[in-house]
Amino acid sequence: MERRIHKLGDHIDTDVILPGRYLSITDPAELGPHCLEGIDPAFAGRIRAGDLIVAGRNFGCGSSREHAPIALKACGIHAVIAESFARIFYRNAINIGLPVLVCPAFAAVAQDGATAAVDLGAGTVTCGGHVFRGESLPPTVMAIVAAGGLVPYARGRLAAAPA
Amino acid sequence: MGATMTEKIFARHTADGRARAGEIVELQPDVVLLNDVSGPVAAGPFAEMGATRVFDPDKVVLVADHFSPAKDVQSAELIRRLRSFGETYGIKSYYHTGNGGIEHAVLAETGRVYPGALVFGADSHTCTAGALNASGIGFGSTDLAAALALGSLWARVPDAIRVDLTGALPVYVSGKDVILEIIRRIGVDGALNAALEFGGPGLGALNVDERMAVANMAVEAGAETCVMEPDAAVEAYARAHGAHDFTATYPDAEAAYVAHIALDLSTLEPTIAAPPSPANGLPVSALLGTPVHQVYVGNCANGTLTDLRQVAAVLRGRQVAPNVRMFVVPATQAIYRDAMREGLLDVISQAGATISAPTCGACFGGHNGILAKGETAIATTNRNFRGRMGDPDSRVFLANAWVAAAAAVAGEIAHPGAFATPAQS
Ligand code: SF4
Repeated sequence: MERRIHKLGDHIDTDVILPGRYLSITDPAELGPHCLEGIDPAFAGRIRAGDLIVAGRNFGCGSSREHAPIALKACGIHAVIAESFARIFYRNAINIGLPVLVCPAFAAVAQDGATAAVDLGAGTVTCGGHVFRGESLPPTVMAIVAAGGLVPYARGRLAAAPA
Repeated sequence: MGATMTEKIFARHTADGRARAGEIVELQPDVVLLNDVSGPVAAGPFAEMGATRVFDPDKVVLVADHFSPAKDVQSAELIRRLRSFGETYGIKSYYHTGNGGIEHAVLAETGRVYPGALVFGADSHTCTAGALNASGIGFGSTDLAAALALGSLWARVPDAIRVDLTGALPVYVSGKDVILEIIRRIGVDGALNAALEFGGPGLGALNVDERMAVANMAVEAGAETCVMEPDAAVEAYARAHGAHDFTATYPDAEAAYVAHIALDLSTLEPTIAAPPSPANGLPVSALLGTPVHQVYVGNCANGTLTDLRQVAAVLRGRQVAPNVRMFVVPATQAIYRDAMREGLLDVISQAGATISAPTCGACFGGHNGILAKGETAIATTNRNFRGRMGDPDSRVFLANAWVAAAAAVAGEIAHPGAFATPAQS
């Protein structure tokens, strides 16, 4: 299915994704409307369920706040595709089940407002007749994604561990 | 093939004693740190994982610092949830207003960080531990929920970038300037997913407080962790704070680095990072005369006794400019008391600055000094992102404590040499 692209630049930090003044909120439904408020207070209002964010280098740098990927997910973002991600944001997104894909070739050409199709299983993006291949995940990370996030993954490991 | 300090510390915390750069390993930490923002968010997934106990309650430290003292009912509730998580799972190390302070400073002060230690923190500035020859790694809440449940987490062993320091710091130049210069050179993703490792004869010229200021901002260059070579000062610090069983860790001579940075400390000037990036370092001389509304001296790495001494040296016998409000936030209760005993708090309050309880407060735009639209602050904190301290149309300049205090007196960015004699520091 074709999904609409919201294009962002390099070094989008977690303070603009979810400003610190909202960190006393923990309910995802309340966090969602504030996502990307630091860039534009109207941003969340423009997101429709299933949209994509495509960004440049170092997406999600700064604070470790999990509120940032939680807000993006709660707002309806289907996946974030970037040239590169900050490590903590990348892990947080995978852990909570917000799909992330490192795909510099697509990040370089994606246009704001255009549409693309994403195959998360294959790690590919199709846009304008071109297929862009994202970076594949190491097996440990694949196992977490396959389990549906870190909660079910850890639940499985705890259940399997000798008491 | 030789090993880096990070590889050695990681290897000592894996089941099979192996960790080479690029490998994915399972790490078992010596200490796990959660705060009042990240902790309550971890409690949910921890329960959903089906965990009924914390892997080792004695290895867990809880610090209410971001919103403590609570600013409203919602934040009071966060602190209550953090405390009750600790009570439920038998975690004895709980710090809050009155016995604690800001987490990374509390951890060092309570002997939880020492040479060779591996620290997991649900906070990006956990890399501050590197000053004490430990490896601190920041994570999000769900990761740390898994660490609490399983006692371990996966990590990719990072490549290392070696930073060699030579020379001595000129007057009015501090650890803050060292790290702002490095980030200016390599950019905010210049060390993305890598370890910054520090050594060289210049490292000994920095006291432990100043080393913490440097290590703290490694994440602002994208680093996963930061490790500094140990020396007698670091070992004495660890012992004085109650750590006795540690492994001073040095890199092998043939350790492999992906890049080298050489920095002669004697060439540095007081540096200011202009908004909205910590990589926008400029010499103070380039920004003289920029008006400021607020001056903030505090945060996990620059609310130390060293910083408070520098502030007092500038403020002694002077007044904060009438149109400026100045907040001084000792990083911990212990620092607060030391500063009181030295008479620093008296000098600072005489000058018209406000001294607050140890807290993260305005550093992350939480409370206790928020900026209005169009306002400018100069702060000894570590992030000047858009809206970091308040309204999206406010600005934050990052600087050392000398420079921040000089701006408070002048009402605009000024060179500290105009207001202090270094002998007073
Ligand atoms: S003082 Fe600032 S940077 Fe340090 S832990 Fe608190 S909010 Fe984070």
